[in-house]
Amino acid sequence: MTKADKIDGTRRLLLGGLAASVVLVAMPVRADDALVAEAIREHFGDAPRSDGRITMLLPPLAESGNTVPIQISVESPMSETDRVKRVVILATRNPRALVATMEFGPGAPRAQFSTNMRLSGTQDVITIAEMSDGSLWQAQSRVLVTVGACDTLQIRY
Amino acid sequence: MTPLPPALVLLGVLAAGMVQFDGPRPSEPRSGYSFLTPELQNLQDDDFANPGMLWVEQGVALWDEAAGSSGQSCADCHGDAAQSMRGVAARYPTYSDEAGRVINLEQQINQCRTARQGAAALAYESEDLLGLTAFVANQSKGMPISVAVTGPIAESLKRGEAFFYERRGQLNLSCANCHEDNVGNHLRAEPISQGQTNGFPIYRALWQSMGSTHRMFAWCNEAVRAEPYAAGSQEYVDLELYERWRSQGLSVETPAIRR
Amino acid sequence: MPNTRIRVPKTAKAGDIIEIRAIIQHPMENGFRTTSQGTPIPVDIVTDFACSYDGVEVFRVRLEPGLSANPYFSFYLKATKSGPVSFWWQDQHGEVTEASEELEVT
Repeated sequence: MTKADKIDGTRRLLLGGLAASVVLVAMPVRADDALVAEAIREHFGDAPRSDGRITMLLPPLAESGNTVPIQISVESPMSETDRVKRVVILATRNPRALVATMEFGPGAPRAQFSTNMRLSGTQDVITIAEMSDGSLWQAQSRVLVTVGACDTLQIRY
Repeated sequence: MTPLPPALVLLGVLAAGMVQFDGPRPSEPRSGYSFLTPELQNLQDDDFANPGMLWVEQGVALWDEAAGSSGQSCADCHGDAAQSMRGVAARYPTYSDEAGRVINLEQQINQCRTARQGAAALAYESEDLLGLTAFVANQSKGMPISVAVTGPIAESLKRGEAFFYERRGQLNLSCANCHEDNVGNHLRAEPISQGQTNGFPIYRALWQSMGSTHRMFAWCNEAVRAEPYAAGSQEYVDLELYERWRSQGLSVETPAIRR
Repeated sequence: MPNTRIRVPKTAKAGDIIEIRAIIQHPMENGFRTTSQGTPIPVDIVTDFACSYDGVEVFRVRLEPGLSANPYFSFYLKATKSGPVSFWWQDQHGEVTEASEELEVT
């Protein structure tokens, strides 16, 4: 038996065995577009939203959906009269669409923050910013969440 | 048959006492860090955002806290951990004369607690033991791992090596089948690492928490559908020692981030 | 009381915009996990975070289970005068955790 044969045999075993164990995993129900629309309506009613003014930094590919870094900055002078009031983050296919709501107090000189979010699988992340004049701005970005074979197993440890 | 000259007999006895382990290990050890995406690497490199530092901070508090009937803290004997603990974790597991066997860092901490402080041993995988272990290991961050290979420790290394190459579980896979034969290949989207332990205890994204080397062993064993050994069992201590031998030359990264 | 870490620069010049960071040790149980016995683990999260500088609010978050365990935030404030930068977390049971650091403005 050549070395290549041996490796191939091992891989077949690995993949076969792991595939057999996949069936048992239950996934939580995921949000769909209707639930996302409902979450947006809950926060902002039916007010129109424009694209732009938001820069959203998200990795295009995440190897763990449990810790996905996100940085958001919104273009705004952040003066007393012209500022960002709040930012809402939504994940379109998480069990619950709403991820967090950020508010900038009078002491905030810059509408920028970073945090880490959860993504249960590949999906779009939507960020909506509400300005002091009531206008709404939106950005959307897709994150590919990869899954390792062992991640799909039910392991007690 | 003529009896051996006394000098030769003495040499033989000395050699037996100086048994040296020399098993296989990767010619180029690669830390699990090198298999991560940049996002998780950044998280590990950021001493503030790295969530493992929360456990290290917990260890800072415990280090100074009096425990047990002695009323003594770790610091009362060992002083400033930055000095006294520097390099210690890089040498563990090691042979303990007191225990009469090879013990790991967690067990050394508990040995101090029960024998010196007169306190109860901390439960394996408890937040307190993870915190203290992470804190002590963090003092060796950046130092090369170097375990002893001569003397009574050699037997433990041999058992650890045997464990590493022994197929187990319903999937009939050994540690080596993945972490030696298939390094760099993928299990679905997950790259297979060398299974190095230089960052433990680690903050694992999958666990969303800190975990010990033995929790990882149990996790891997169950992944191949084998019944895991207990955390702190001699089987896992031996395997941990062999893993550290395989890591020889890699730097301590505690608290590392892994996927 | 959960373990927290905060980072506020010791000193800043008046007018400087400085980065503030905060992290709290918390599992942020999202209600979708089970124990090794298969029993569902109920939702257990930090629900609110706020930071104020010299009594004026800078940044506030309403957290949902979609944020990662051990929630981490980084944001900015503008140094005007010496005063405390205060951090406040509240979990779903109403338990409050606080931390504070003096900022010296030169």
